[in-house]
Amino acid sequence: MEFAFTDDQLTLTQAAREMLVDSCQPADLRRLLDSQQPRDDARWAAINGMGLIGMLAPERAGGMGMTLVDFIGIAEAAGYVGLPEPLVELTGIALPLLARLDGTRGWLDRAMAGAVVAIGHPINPLVAGADTADALLLADGDDIHLIESNAVTLTRAESFDPFRRLFAVEWTPSPATKVGSDWGDTADRGAVLAAAQMIGLAQRCIDMAVAYAKDRQQFGKAIGSTQAVKHMIASAQVKVEFARPVVHAAAAELPLGSLAARARVAHAKIAAGEAADGAARMAVQAHGAMGMTWEVDLHFFLKRAMALNYAWGTPAAHRATVMARIAALRTGPDATFASEVA
Amino acid sequence: MKLDYTPDQQAFRQEVRSWMAANVPPARLPSFDLTREGFEAHRDWERKLSEGRWGMVTWPEAYGGRALDLIRWLIFEEEYYRAGAPTRVNQNGIFLLGPTLMEFGTDDQKARFLTRMAAGDDIWAQAWSEPGAGSDLAAVRSTCTRDGDEYVLNGQKIWSSRAVFADWAFGLFREPGSERHKGMSLILFPLDAPGVTRRPIARMDGELVFAEIFLDNVRVPVADRLGDEGQGWHVCMATAGFERGLMLRSPARYQVAAAKLAAMYEANKAQLPASVGERVAQSWMDAEAYALSIYSTASRLEAGGTIGPESSTNKIFWSELDVALHQTALDILGPRAELVAQAPGEAPDDTWLDGYIFALSGPIYAGSNEIQRNIIAERMLGLPRA
Repeated sequence: MEFAFTDDQLTLTQAAREMLVDSCQPADLRRLLDSQQPRDDARWAAINGMGLIGMLAPERAGGMGMTLVDFIGIAEAAGYVGLPEPLVELTGIALPLLARLDGTRGWLDRAMAGAVVAIGHPINPLVAGADTADALLLADGDDIHLIESNAVTLTRAESFDPFRRLFAVEWTPSPATKVGSDWGDTADRGAVLAAAQMIGLAQRCIDMAVAYAKDRQQFGKAIGSTQAVKHMIASAQVKVEFARPVVHAAAAELPLGSLAARARVAHAKIAAGEAADGAARMAVQAHGAMGMTWEVDLHFFLKRAMALNYAWGTPAAHRATVMARIAALRTGPDATFASEVA
Repeated sequence: MKLDYTPDQQAFRQEVRSWMAANVPPARLPSFDLTREGFEAHRDWERKLSEGRWGMVTWPEAYGGRALDLIRWLIFEEEYYRAGAPTRVNQNGIFLLGPTLMEFGTDDQKARFLTRMAAGDDIWAQAWSEPGAGSDLAAVRSTCTRDGDEYVLNGQKIWSSRAVFADWAFGLFREPGSERHKGMSLILFPLDAPGVTRRPIARMDGELVFAEIFLDNVRVPVADRLGDEGQGWHVCMATAGFERGLMLRSPARYQVAAAKLAAMYEANKAQLPASVGERVAQSWMDAEAYALSIYSTASRLEAGGTIGPESSTNKIFWSELDVALHQTALDILGPRAELVAQAPGEAPDDTWLDGYIFALSGPIYAGSNEIQRNIIAERMLGLPRA
């Protein structure tokens, strides 16, 4: 039993986090919006250059063969900066899925070399980042098809998060494009990685609320010196502290694939969603009327938090999984870990 | 990250489980906060634990422990609560004063106090709060006046849990004339010393869960001061860190309650709206989240890390989850929730009501949740002091 990251994991996460924080400031987000480009090519090149994309891909494909635990802190950092580029989806979901499927026509190698593959899992009604993808993994009933981008027609469905580029995809399946019929753990990976991003988003909203509350003066003193403001910020931090270890455990236990492991993922998604939603709304309140404006950067993070809370399974759906686990499996202090109730 | 137990850890769990199965009293012991008999029955249980060297498994063997790591301590606690073993009457000693003695005590103090503490020979109470010093602990006015090799203690302490029947107390006193955080000392004193008067305070349900302690020229040796003279505040804050951080409230306590709640819901769910099931699930998740957080903290401490102000988040989380969990249980009981026994004519049993009343105190003791939120805001997040 060792519920901790290794020094190597912490070092890699810290390096990735610094790169993301340096290259993805709110001013960078605004500049990207003004450019009307879907992604920042320099930042995307830096992410690729760091070798993050192939972290979870198998070594036979030139990847690093790492696990979701190795990547979970990086997903949190991607949330913290409100990253527009599809690092989390590509590294954490698409490449591991491509590595499991048959007949992918060289797309795993192409993805390792910088191509982007978007995912149209049935749990999400629209495909995120479809316009910047070189290929798409799409669902036709139970079957999974790999479709190249020149064979799809995209219709944008505008999200209030300007960096989430969502599309309805028109396409035609054929026997030649079918690559499998088992999504496996894809939805659970999506959920736990959304949860990790929401932890980052929650912490970002808290950090912004703290910075503003230290700076903003009313009645001759910083508003953050008053207990009413302190306590709402502290309460948001408590939510984060007791969601983060659930996310980490969910990443570690996900490979078990059992109901207990899936319930942990569900719990992680619920808890991180509540932490992020609570922190975002708290931060709006801490900012006063400024929190409602386009000018203050907070809305970038509030919007992403809300979008991710409903992506990869709603809180209500995840709650049903938790309730199924409680009803079906042993509960109590000797049943904390999924390995104990397999 | 390895989220499974080693064969050695599994074997340890079985060892604890077997011992508990053979030794936990089949019937619930009478309350330790109502009668001397109940208190002594719990002391006997502490002695039985000590005979099995289960009194405090993380302590060095020299003091009656097993020198085990924190993961094994968690496993021990899990089996302790699973077995329905009696509440530890000496928790003030073993979970609060004990770790403080390890850190600040002299060899002589450790030898004199720790072994007897682990054996249940000395049951301890905490004597910090005063009528005018609750959340503002630095406002204590009780004094320790140095007189050669002795201190003379005077003043009044309040809200001392277990102090009605306990043997010793660890109290916070100040040099006459000193102010606020300066001039304080942490001093250990016997509760039967000449000049000590105890007055029980009845809780809302009649249990004598705390006492006032009046000190009138109580003489204690200087050798019973814990930590340096004038460093009492520093020593107390370390104790408070232990209290909030890891040991006071085992996750297992809430996991057992959540499992019991889930079982009650499953047995009654045909008559209950779905919204109750969601709240049961929330309590179960919160208990799991607390357990995972403590496993994470224990792993960090075993790797040489420390507990900081984030321990204040623990105290808020377990106290609020405990209230919510019991509230959900009462909601399931509905009109029967108010009943001390669940059927007319029956004896009072181990009801959700007891747990609910106790849970209400959680956001107050060990530093009110309002103070904890101040600590989080100021020391974790860097917000300015008022």
